[in-house]
Amino acid sequence: MSNLRILVACKRVVDYAVKIRVNAAGTAVETANVKHSMNPFDEIGTEQAILIKEALAKSKGTAEIIAVSCGPNKSQETLRTALAMGADRAIHVETDEELQPLAVAKLLRAVVDKEKPDMVILGKQAIDDDSNQTGQMLAGLLNWPQATFASKVELAEKAMTVTREVDGGVETVKTALPAILTTDLRLNVPRYASLPNIMKAKKKPLAKLTVAELGVDIKPRIETLKVAEPPKRQGGKIVESVDDLVDKLKNEAKVL
Amino acid sequence: MLSTAVAARHLRLAGARAASKLQPRAPLLSHTAVAFATPTVRNAFRSLPRATFASVASADKKAFTADQYPYLKRDQSFKKLTDGDLDYFKSVVGLSGVSQDEEDLEVFNIDWMQKYRGQSKLVLKPSTTEQVSKILKYCNDNKLAVVPQGGNTGLVGGGVPVFDEIIISTANMSSVRSFDPVSGALVCDAGCILEVLDNYLAEQGYIMPLDLGAKGSCHIGGNVATNAGGLRLLRYGSLHGTVLGLEVVMPDGTILDNLSTLRKDNTGYDLKQLFIGSEGTLGIITGVSILAPKRSKAVNVALLGVSSFDQVQAAFKRSKDELSEILSAFEFFDRASIDLVKQHLVAGKNDPLESPHPFYVLIETSGSNKDHDDEKLNSYLEGLLTDDIVQDGVVAQDTTQFKNLWAIREGIPEACSKTGSVYKYDLSIPVPVFYQMVEDMRARLEKEGVLGEDKNVRSVVGFGHIGDGNLHLNIAAKSYSDEVANIIEPYVFEWTAKHAGSISSEHGLGLFKAPHVHYSKSPSMLALMRRIKDMLDPNGIMNPYKYLPTE
Ligand SMILES: Cc1cc2nc3c(=O)[nH]c(=O)nc-3n(C[C@H](O)[C@H](O)[C@H](O)COP(=O)(O)OP(=O)(O)OC[C@H]3O[C@@H](n4cnc5c(N)ncnc54)[C@H](O)[C@@H]3O)c2cc1C
Repeated sequence: MSNLRILVACKRVVDYAVKIRVNAAGTAVETANVKHSMNPFDEIGTEQAILIKEALAKSKGTAEIIAVSCGPNKSQETLRTALAMGADRAIHVETDEELQPLAVAKLLRAVVDKEKPDMVILGKQAIDDDSNQTGQMLAGLLNWPQATFASKVELAEKAMTVTREVDGGVETVKTALPAILTTDLRLNVPRYASLPNIMKAKKKPLAKLTVAELGVDIKPRIETLKVAEPPKRQGGKIVESVDDLVDKLKNEAKVL
Repeated sequence: MLSTAVAARHLRLAGARAASKLQPRAPLLSHTAVAFATPTVRNAFRSLPRATFASVASADKKAFTADQYPYLKRDQSFKKLTDGDLDYFKSVVGLSGVSQDEEDLEVFNIDWMQKYRGQSKLVLKPSTTEQVSKILKYCNDNKLAVVPQGGNTGLVGGGVPVFDEIIISTANMSSVRSFDPVSGALVCDAGCILEVLDNYLAEQGYIMPLDLGAKGSCHIGGNVATNAGGLRLLRYGSLHGTVLGLEVVMPDGTILDNLSTLRKDNTGYDLKQLFIGSEGTLGIITGVSILAPKRSKAVNVALLGVSSFDQVQAAFKRSKDELSEILSAFEFFDRASIDLVKQHLVAGKNDPLESPHPFYVLIETSGSNKDHDDEKLNSYLEGLLTDDIVQDGVVAQDTTQFKNLWAIREGIPEACSKTGSVYKYDLSIPVPVFYQMVEDMRARLEKEGVLGEDKNVRSVVGFGHIGDGNLHLNIAAKSYSDEVANIIEPYVFEWTAKHAGSISSEHGLGLFKAPHVHYSKSPSMLALMRRIKDMLDPNGIMNPYKYLPTE
């Protein structure tokens, strides 16, 4: 196995443990003063790239891992995390505009055109908008093969075999490189960023690009009409007796 | 059966909004779904550890405390329970507040460590302060001995009966009475579960000033009764400072209403202080008023690998200089601790550091400005690495990693107990000789030939709250034996007394340490304690045989 270049998409999202709130205007989720982290599926993607690189190193091959993030200035924190985990360099496409999946896919295509990677790894979805579209759209734009929802990846000479979790079982697909890979939850367990690597990450190159430089139209195609919280779940009740239970099921829950 | 910590961890992840999307098909984490409504959380927490006990207990019937410790004799002046008594209690708390079912009773009779087993025939679960008052007055008039019980997570045998004492559980007293979002004063029933309170406060941007590994089960009343320390003491101080007021029912039924929310009140003896750490020997705490600090917006956690205990101390000293006001925890554990966690718990599945280290330090910072905290923490950590005080380390990048790192530290007590039986000592020891205690104990057990892979004692581990000078020495064994106990005790207490330490820094005295208090308290102090006890509980019905040495 020879040399690979791997592009990993990393999105900055509201941390998965944060209890999200809808903003007062009901137009979006409140993001100010809220803890953000790397999208967990992108963390898995970064880990997978590092695992591939480590495996290649054993057979005297090499891999270069480039982490890419599109979004506001703070996205650089996410890129530093990727670098601390083990990515070699990072590219930040800076914009404060709203980015929908198609826009991100187009921006990534532009980066792919510049960097010519053998593989692009994305999360199967980002946990903020749950779109599950970017990887597939990027494959379409590039006209590359795609292996989505990967739970296992094996690399051979310029090809990969991917196990996917599908309803009712697993499916194994094989594709030539270059290709798109999107990660599922059980692909791997991402490593912690170690202190020495966090320090090294500060010196790794992080290039900045603008949307204009990439010449991409990122105008939103979908309009959000309204964002609302789900109805509040009511607390449980302790019933005193069977009669009481039957009565409540009949008259309150109205299921009997 | 899921282990307590695992269950707790799953449930702790529970509030997580993304549970369903992150784990669409991951059966391991399927518990997350149940924990949204408060009552469910509580029930889930309660049933998991207890169910474990019940099954174990029935498998090999554990010996009664009274048989294990023949020096204990039932005080014959206490009345034995009669049907008439039962009728009275039923008239006070109703049928749902009384439990006599044998299997049900087991979980109240046996302690968390499964070291003690009482023989109570009755659990009462009052739901109001007035009910507690009526119960205690009746018991006092009739000389029926009682033992107050919260979440039954105490580690010194204080919350379970020795003989046939009636168990008075706070399980049905679990309402928040009020919360003032300006001052942060929280007033609640004694039976509120610590973690439920913490989640409640989180919604309002506040935090409980204490936190401990047993948070999913222990009650705030039990915490106050044991003066629990825990993981946030370094930052927020002890309950003697954060508790603003208490509501206590005295043995004669008097309700002492001191549920003040004032921070300052110098009008007479500060009576509430007497009940903080009284372990159920003076009265039953029914309500707690406590001052909650604001929850920090920015929290960081780092786990460091360190090669010697001297360097652990050096790292601690530096943290006070460089992290100062944002430092919120400085916990330490040794390699033996992490080995046990790896062996027994899910939390230990992935060793966070690449290679093993003799010592580990877990540092937490909490502050109001993430950029400020990150910068401080990073420069502190870089300094440690550059000066070779620490050899490796990781910094949590998101909340999941944050929780996983804490789960390792919090899982140590449970991992120890999985070996079979644990001899637990929580000691206050001057930090310079802190770890020498562990080494001396290992050497002693080895010399006596009881420590090793094929011996009764499997592991001697040291962990604890360095910031508070509090060492947890846990000796994990296959089973309790007099031989091993006699090698450890009184050596461990003599050693501690020699170094001017305390034989109980936070777990309290209970049944276990009552005979040993003299290592830490003078005869005149013990005499005064006895007089206080006799004055407030003249019939001695409150949690007898415990706390103070028998004359
Ligand atoms: C995994 C684990 C980790 C722990 N970590 C720590 C730690 O870090 N720091 C620490 O200090 N402790 C720790 N503990 C022990 C700690 O003392 C208890 O967890 C807790 O404070 C006791 O609360 P509880 O509700 O379970 O009380 P119980 O065990 O039910 O009772 C403890 C004592 O208080 C009395 N009591 C209970 N409720 C009342 C009441 N309402 N009125 C009067 N008396 C009452 C009981 O009679 C008994 O003497 C830990 C325990 C476990 C199992």
